[in-house]
Amino acid sequence: MIERTPVLNFFTHLAMLVGIILAALPIYIVFVASSHDFQTVNIVPMPLTPGYSLVENYTKVWTKSDFGTKFVNSFIVATGVTIGKIAIAAITAFSIVFFNYRLKMLFFWLIFVTLMLPLEVRIVPTYAVAANALSPIQGVLNGLFNAPALLLGLIGIEGLPQVALKLPEWNLLNSYTGLILPLVATATGTFLFRQFFLTVPAELVEASKMDGAGPIRFFWDVLLPLSKTNMAALATIMFVYAWNQYLWPLLVTTRPEMTTATMQLQKLVPGPLFGQPPVWNEAMAGTLIVMLPPLLVVIFMQGYFVRGLISADK
Amino acid sequence: MADIAISNVTKSYGKTAVIHGVDLAIRDGEFVVILGPSGCGKSTLLRMIAGLEEISGGTIAIAGEAVNEKEPRERGCAMVFQNYALYPHFSVAENIGYALKVAGVAKAERMRRVREVAKSVGLEEYLDRKPSQLSGGQRQRVAMGRAMIREPKVFLFDEPLSNLDAKLRVQMRLEIRKLHQRLGATSVFVTHDQVEAMTLADRIVVMNAGKIEQIGTPSEIYDRPETLFVAGFISSPPMNLLEVTIPVRGEAHAGDIVISTPAFLAGKPGAAAMIGVRPEHLEISAQGRFSLQAEFVEKLGSVQLVHGSFAGRDFILQCPATQPVAAGQRLLFDIPAAAMHAFDPATGARIPKVQPAGRQNEPVAA
Ligand SMILES: Nc1ncnc2c1ncn2[C@@H]1O[C@H](COP(=O)(O)OP(=O)(O)OP(=O)(O)O)[C@@H](O)[C@H]1O
Ligand SMILES: [Mg+2]
Repeated sequence: MIERTPVLNFFTHLAMLVGIILAALPIYIVFVASSHDFQTVNIVPMPLTPGYSLVENYTKVWTKSDFGTKFVNSFIVATGVTIGKIAIAAITAFSIVFFNYRLKMLFFWLIFVTLMLPLEVRIVPTYAVAANALSPIQGVLNGLFNAPALLLGLIGIEGLPQVALKLPEWNLLNSYTGLILPLVATATGTFLFRQFFLTVPAELVEASKMDGAGPIRFFWDVLLPLSKTNMAALATIMFVYAWNQYLWPLLVTTRPEMTTATMQLQKLVPGPLFGQPPVWNEAMAGTLIVMLPPLLVVIFMQGYFVRGLISADK
Repeated sequence: MADIAISNVTKSYGKTAVIHGVDLAIRDGEFVVILGPSGCGKSTLLRMIAGLEEISGGTIAIAGEAVNEKEPRERGCAMVFQNYALYPHFSVAENIGYALKVAGVAKAERMRRVREVAKSVGLEEYLDRKPSQLSGGQRQRVAMGRAMIREPKVFLFDEPLSNLDAKLRVQMRLEIRKLHQRLGATSVFVTHDQVEAMTLADRIVVMNAGKIEQIGTPSEIYDRPETLFVAGFISSPPMNLLEVTIPVRGEAHAGDIVISTPAFLAGKPGAAAMIGVRPEHLEISAQGRFSLQAEFVEKLGSVQLVHGSFAGRDFILQCPATQPVAAGQRLLFDIPAAAMHAFDPATGARIPKVQPAGRQNEPVAA
């Protein structure tokens, strides 16, 4: 729709401008703060134009925080979580949409219900499992073995031997596996892929059957290439989500060489607890550094969205 | 060698039965067209042959082998879909060659055959394009090429021309016919367009409501419709039908109009019958015994159709375009006895022509 409405145009542009300022101003202030030296940044009010200590602040905070290692960790975790989520989401949605089996809807709703159980809600049991990954299996097995004795105990027959199976301990704390696995399960992704798969015409499935392709071939050759834009969207969201994870890495890592960049941020602001005046310029520099990778991912992936939207190959 | 034997095949979705016991024998190399109104189960039958739909009852055998339990890929059929179902992310070459890729044919050999097939369907210049960059007719050709490359024993077509414009449809019809003559593969073609059926088929199978009404060559179906449904469905304009009773030997009454009946109906005084006669077989002449007031005139180029009502029913006369006819005008015509078809109104079955002299049934056209 092409219209000429100068008044409306003016107000929409104004609204846009206000929005941009609201979103960008805090980031600008962070940037300005990260460019001053320690004295200037603590002047009240802080100057609103950039200073001259930019490079110095960034190099200092990079080395002091050992961001090199932390970035590598963050990258491994965020990439692992993203790939894992996409793989699991695509496979579960494939099963739910393209196959008919009993209890299919039950499985779908089970996955769907986990939307309401984010990691923060189930963090204690998840930690227990991470501390000993085989403990749930051990618990189930012991329960099964001891069920007869328990039942007999109820009707008064006692004295049967109790089994206490002990599986070897498998500890996921302080490991990439422990950082990644609990974040991988995804109902959002499954749902997203399901909605997309439902729009794939049934004839395409049938055509590939006639061409002799089995389900896996169809998944790999047809379905995944068609889901490219979907995957890009999910990857963007999930990368940012994983990069910004704070609580879970804080719990499962204790060794400094396993911590992530986001966790490190909290150490940059010593605060009153440590009795020091906070080093705001370096803290702000660190913040901007940590913000950069998700920002780049969003910018880079945005290109994909647009291409996916305007190319007519759907 | 790929004849198809369909015996007593039924299909139901849950409790709703959509195909009720179909028997059909398709000979090797034959071009069979399944014709019927929308929703009669044509696609369902075709998809059961392809293996895309489970067979609820009965058996389908291809080349003498029951295929009920076989996967589509094991049946040796190729299918052309109504909306082409091309892979949108593959180029034309990849679309055509995908079956060979799945079958593990080496790349060089695959490309050679893709080029060969593309040449025969006139797509050589488009091999690198995506389906979205092709016209409807070109997409249709890609779909045909994709079916051809596997050198299937059986070609299945599900209304492949219905998305094309009229001119292209005629052209593609010819191409499909030529393709069949060249490859000689058994072909089953589903359509609801009777012109398509008439021009393409070796034999036509007319279906209605999940049942086969008649199987025959196009001329058999046109000359000797076996049921009232076939009589009404085949040919455009449709056959004129009159509800009559036969009080006296040799004549039938439709309201207060008396029609002299053909010899074979003579022996049935007291019976009710449906008499059918095609508009193109009515004889318009100044000496005609019947008259019809033209309500409106439809000009179709070389002929014109005069619509009116006769004996209380809609009635159509066909006359050459050269004859001046205006709405409101009265036309006189005769109904030649030889062109009459008669049906039992209760069952819809054709009343066979029995010679009054006690001779055998009319010879069935070969
Ligand atoms: N999955 C399904 N579940 C229930 N009923 C179905 C299903 N698929 C088809 N039918 C029914 O089966 C009947 C036959 O369908 P079919 O697609 O074979 O018709 P058709 O003759 O090909 O019609 P058209 O010319 O419109 O394509 C229809 O009445 C349809 O409603
Ligand atoms: Mg159909």
